[in-house]
Amino acid sequence: MKIKQLSIFLENRKGRMKKALDVLENGGVSIRALSIADTSDFGILRLIVPEPEKTKKLLEDNNFIVKIGEVIAVRMPDKPGGLGMILGILDENDINLEYLYAFVEEKDEMAIVLLHPENIDAGIKALESDGAEVVSAEEIYGL
Amino acid sequence: MIWNKEAECMSDEDRESLQLKRLKSAVKNAYENVPYYRKRFSEMNITPDDINTLKDIEKLPFTTKDDLRDAYPFEMFAVPRKQIVEVHTSSGTTGKPTVSGYTRGDIEIWSEVMARGLSMAGVTDEDIIQNTHGYGLFTGGFGVHYGAQKIGATVIPISTGQTKRQIEIMQDFGTTVMIFTPSYGLYLAEELEEEGVDIKDLGFKAIGFGAEMWTEEMRQEIQKRFNAPAYNIYGLTEIIGPGVGLECRIQDGLHLFEDHFYPEIIDSESLETLPEGERGELVLTTLTREGTPLIRFRTKDITLLKRGKCGCGRNLVKMDRITGRTDDMLKIRGVSVFPSQIEKALLRIDRLEPHYQIIVTRPHLMDEVEVRVEASEGLFSDKIKELVGIRLRLENYIHDEIGLRVKVTLIEPKTLPRSQGKAVRVIDKRNLQ
Repeated sequence: MKIKQLSIFLENRKGRMKKALDVLENGGVSIRALSIADTSDFGILRLIVPEPEKTKKLLEDNNFIVKIGEVIAVRMPDKPGGLGMILGILDENDINLEYLYAFVEEKDEMAIVLLHPENIDAGIKALESDGAEVVSAEEIYGL
Repeated sequence: MIWNKEAECMSDEDRESLQLKRLKSAVKNAYENVPYYRKRFSEMNITPDDINTLKDIEKLPFTTKDDLRDAYPFEMFAVPRKQIVEVHTSSGTTGKPTVSGYTRGDIEIWSEVMARGLSMAGVTDEDIIQNTHGYGLFTGGFGVHYGAQKIGATVIPISTGQTKRQIEIMQDFGTTVMIFTPSYGLYLAEELEEEGVDIKDLGFKAIGFGAEMWTEEMRQEIQKRFNAPAYNIYGLTEIIGPGVGLECRIQDGLHLFEDHFYPEIIDSESLETLPEGERGELVLTTLTREGTPLIRFRTKDITLLKRGKCGCGRNLVKMDRITGRTDDMLKIRGVSVFPSQIEKALLRIDRLEPHYQIIVTRPHLMDEVEVRVEASEGLFSDKIKELVGIRLRLENYIHDEIGLRVKVTLIEPKTLPRSQGKAVRVIDKRNLQ
């Protein structure tokens, strides 16, 4: 139920993000989801890709620093209040969230949110028992 | 005014004979009382009797900062510790600093040479001197203090910083002479303008500046801002502190007080003495120091010497302003910093690869330092706050090591140039030549 996520260190400098994306393009990697966290002088690019291990190696061969971490994917209705309900579950179970990012599935009016709680196992347990739809890795990679 | 006409206007002939007499006794003192020198002389098969002309100084060994560090703390003293009335230290590349010990006689020499130098700038017993050089182990504050007191001027020992207070005091006390580093002086001028103080109303008579690299443009700027002539002060802790040489009203080089400190210029590669007028590394021998006599101390400062009677009436040799170093020492906001100190601080963090670059700039009057460090696999975390935490820790470690705040930037691996030989660790963009 855990989704593998790549985190890539990027200097906050012109062209660095493009460079990383070019490496992925040349390697034929398509991105399922993406977010970027930035500070004044560096950023972290977070990616969900179909073949995380292989993509990590590809990026590392091109001198990027990459870490593989885990996130939870939850499907929710693409309407006002959808995300609030998911966050409500974590809140009630006293689980701290470090970051999240989301994208929309156009075909069936649903959205998927990727969550990174402090304690990932506790997060999955709480979400599942409170009726959220936790999406499997296979499904996400194959979207 | 010339403080000591006899010493400062002496003919070349008289000076050389005085220097030779003093050199002989300085060498004898070092040989007889400092085990380090006795050992070095013996290894080279030299005794004080081999010094019969000034030129014979070239037979003697050099002394380096490393030699002094090995003698830490008191091994270079030529007198029993009991006779040392004051000590000062200068920063070291790693770990231990170098120590200079002063007898009462040495303090007297220090006061004398600084009195001569401040007199060159026109200071008299009517003046009020605001001394913003730090008082402490650093020699800057005390050197100016002793010289000004010797003249009989009124000293305000305010030390560095507290700019608001500096401004209040210079107005209330009627300061006539300011002593500062060039960059602090320019900063002070800016703060004065900010507070709406008309500097011309303050009626400064002279400025003494030193302790960091400067350009002629900076001098002009200081003179314009403070509406007073600005004079360069040179010195180093190992020799005595400020007072080795100062500028006269002609402002064309610093008169070295060569009756106390014997200057030579050498080629820092071949170590050969260079003919007069050629640029090279300044080497100094103390002719009269009692506490810590030094023979041929390599200053690592690059300059040249000019002889001839000066328009001010003095006959002392003149030294150009320092245009560089033969080692990698940097002067940042007046503080000596070695890249190795920064490296030492960086290596306190495990998993950090020692690929770094130090970039020094002067975006606006004050020196700024950025240390760019390559991030590594082991260092990288998916959490922003952890990465920011590493950066702050590095900044704190560097501050502990060099006493200055710098900005640390984490950069992507393998982005710094790798060179075959020595890595380019420092990029100094200040343009101080």
